Amino acid sequence: MSDEFDLDQLADALKAAPPAPDAARKAANLRLAEKNFDRAQESARGLRPTPEASPNGALIKGVAKMFHSLTARAAMVTTTAIVAVGIIVVATQPDLRIPGFGQADGPGTITTPDMRPDPRPQVNAPAAMVKQAPVTAGGPVAREGTESLAPMTELAPMAEPMPPSPVMATRVAPPVGYTAARVADDTLAAPLPDTEEFANADTNPLKITAEDPVSTFSIDVDTASWSVIRSSLMAGYLPPKEAVRIEEMINYFPYDYPAPAADSPDPFRPTVTVMGTPWNEGTQLVQIALQGKMPAREDRPPLNIVFLIDTSGSMDAPNKLGLLKQSFRLMLGQLRPEDEVSIVTYAGSAGQVLAPTPAGERSTILAALERLEAGGSTAGQEGLQQAYQVAESMSGDGEVTRVILATDGDFNVGISDPDALRDFIAKKRDSGVYLSVLGFGRGNLDDATMQALAQNGNGQAAYIDTLSEAQKVLVDQLTGALFPIADDVKVQVEFNPAEIAEYRLIGYETRALKREDFNNDAVDAGEIGAGHQVTAIYEVTPVGSGAVMTDALRYQAAPEGSDSGELGFLKLRYKAPGEDVSKLIAQPILPDMGTPGDDQNFAAAIAGFGQLLRGDDKYLGAWDYADAIALAAAHKGADRFGYRAEAVKLMRLAETLSQ
Amino acid sequence: MRAARQGLTPRARHTNVLDMDKSDDSDDAVLARRAADGDREAFSALLARHYDRLFAFCYRLTGTRDQAEDLTQDICAALPVKLAGFRAEARFTTWLYRVAVNAAHDARRRAASHARAARGWGDWEVNRRAAIAEAREGQSWLEAAMATLSPELRDTVALVLGEGVTQAEAAQVLRISEGTVAWRMSEVKKRLRALKEKEAEA
Repeated sequence: MSDEFDLDQLADALKAAPPAPDAARKAANLRLAEKNFDRAQESARGLRPTPEASPNGALIKGVAKMFHSLTARAAMVTTTAIVAVGIIVVATQPDLRIPGFGQADGPGTITTPDMRPDPRPQVNAPAAMVKQAPVTAGGPVAREGTESLAPMTELAPMAEPMPPSPVMATRVAPPVGYTAARVADDTLAAPLPDTEEFANADTNPLKITAEDPVSTFSIDVDTASWSVIRSSLMAGYLPPKEAVRIEEMINYFPYDYPAPAADSPDPFRPTVTVMGTPWNEGTQLVQIALQGKMPAREDRPPLNIVFLIDTSGSMDAPNKLGLLKQSFRLMLGQLRPEDEVSIVTYAGSAGQVLAPTPAGERSTILAALERLEAGGSTAGQEGLQQAYQVAESMSGDGEVTRVILATDGDFNVGISDPDALRDFIAKKRDSGVYLSVLGFGRGNLDDATMQALAQNGNGQAAYIDTLSEAQKVLVDQLTGALFPIADDVKVQVEFNPAEIAEYRLIGYETRALKREDFNNDAVDAGEIGAGHQVTAIYEVTPVGSGAVMTDALRYQAAPEGSDSGELGFLKLRYKAPGEDVSKLIAQPILPDMGTPGDDQNFAAAIAGFGQLLRGDDKYLGAWDYADAIALAAAHKGADRFGYRAEAVKLMRLAETLSQ
Repeated sequence: MRAARQGLTPRARHTNVLDMDKSDDSDDAVLARRAADGDREAFSALLARHYDRLFAFCYRLTGTRDQAEDLTQDICAALPVKLAGFRAEARFTTWLYRVAVNAAHDARRRAASHARAARGWGDWEVNRRAAIAEAREGQSWLEAAMATLSPELRDTVALVLGEGVTQAEAAQVLRISEGTVAWRMSEVKKRLRALKEKEAEA
């Protein structure tokens, strides 16, 4: 009752509100419109996309994008002529997606830019990447560290001088705001050094067993890093070091690890293998592999999926929204008729575009998917809350409910404070709705946020750059991605100082846990999904090996280890989904445990490759790309999906590019 | 009341543009097509015909006269170029609402990006709160009420309550589902209730 009264009050106030427009402004505005109209007409008749009018193909695209949305008035005034030119260009070159900086007709005035983005400046990015650079932008905007969750795209100021990097042709008229870099993003999927943020930390240091015998970390089933590396290498440059997370590279590949017995109470089974280190004769690799149980498709609990899709203007690219639609189409085939799907969009257009629909009604879902279009530049407000609201309305007993967020980096999903956002997702996680994040496109990708959200939402972060990657993530591994079998999986290894002098964990830098967190069930950690595989590799230096890097201390007693001959002791903790109390799996690590096969050797090759990409070569000695390639190529194994062959190809590319 | 100066009764002035009779609609379509083909007269006639309504809508979107004037100017400046993208499949008025909504979004975004600079998401909220506080200081109940609403809710309210379009039509303009419009309106009710409670406390 009183609600209606409130609305009526607002309606009355709104209707009564508008004052008459100012007569002088009205006249001026009408004149302005007419003037612009005339200009548009003139350009339509007279101008051609000559080099003078359009010094760079980038401008064409930029302008096209620019009047996709209205520009700042100031920019509008100064660039009206350019905008007008834009019309013609668009009309005559309708397919702007063809990678062709140099294609605007004109006698050699267009510099074909060197497409190697400078991988260095993650910070203080050049103004050139600005999506919409207000001419009036204030002073330089300092970038904060990677903890900044801001979608930086619109923020970079014009005041920042463009560094003399070979990234792009710099002839673009600055006021337009869109430049070559922007086009590079949309046309070639070449990442920009600008707005991408990667989560990473310093390489795990070498630890001395006597001083620090315990290593604790959370497992990580994400694979986003591999995809980023691939798309960088395919575009012809080495990936930024921060983008290289070795555990994600290793975990990208399927391995043939033994699965837990059908009647095993544990949802996954650890396999430990000790092998010689390819890059150091004096050390050994201890590989800890976890294999999750894989339920049959028929035995899966019913699944509810809410797709939360970013439809901001920047998603309007074939490798973003286009790829997303194709990917989801692939995925639909994997769902059972009783599973339910709903679609909510944010940014651009916002709201529920598909009410919960049984997956059996394929045509309804496909039609809704087809209708998605990117556009506008709204900071989406209610996206996430609405998605969760829909998800909660769908979930029932024994069903798995998951929100899948698909974005190119605009995480402005409706909660503006990053901490509040994380809390929100964590709260929902505890209520049983999980979140996975799929990244599309490059250039605006906020990897750090993606990781943070997925980690808080008990989900995976994956980066989809090709349709075959979509196949891998959404079809081949769908069950794993969507059905958690173990939550908060933590690994703790205690090394025996009598056997191991030094050790270091390769990768998992972003997943380190404190020693005491291992037994603290309140501390969140990674999840394992059905059929997932996780591999962690330690490089250990036995006592007495010539490869020991540190000297024994003169004034300290020699470490007293166990004379059991064990290298160390492995402990795993996990919670069954939905439970609060963790379970423990423990087993000793013995010398010569396991038999290194193709899987272990290939994983070692990838670990080495990752360290080369990260520049952590101090541990690698003279071992180089050629060695990594030889090792990987020799251990491709069955390689049913061709992933390992692709890896070898990429390693070759990296070798060439590193020279 | 300023409305009187316009020489329109409030009722007529608030007839929503989508409800205009058929002949106006087809006139619009003809004018828009001619304008898109380069007919300046047609363009001027079209804009002059819709200017006041456009301004009123901008006012409802932005909540202040200054911003409404600026927004209207933005739209006027860009309209010739935008018009090239006008497809006859939508009514001109629906299209114009859409253009205005988009322009308002862009304007807010610019305003926000100036202020929030590099600090991140938090600032959007800070700005919003600052705006709310500002509006509270001696402003009308309307502005205070509108300031408590997010831009999306404001757009929806401006259309549904201000322009009096149906939820279906609002959905068409905003390119969202009817369900979402309904959801937003229920959110608006919630916010208004909260505002009321706050007023009662004060």
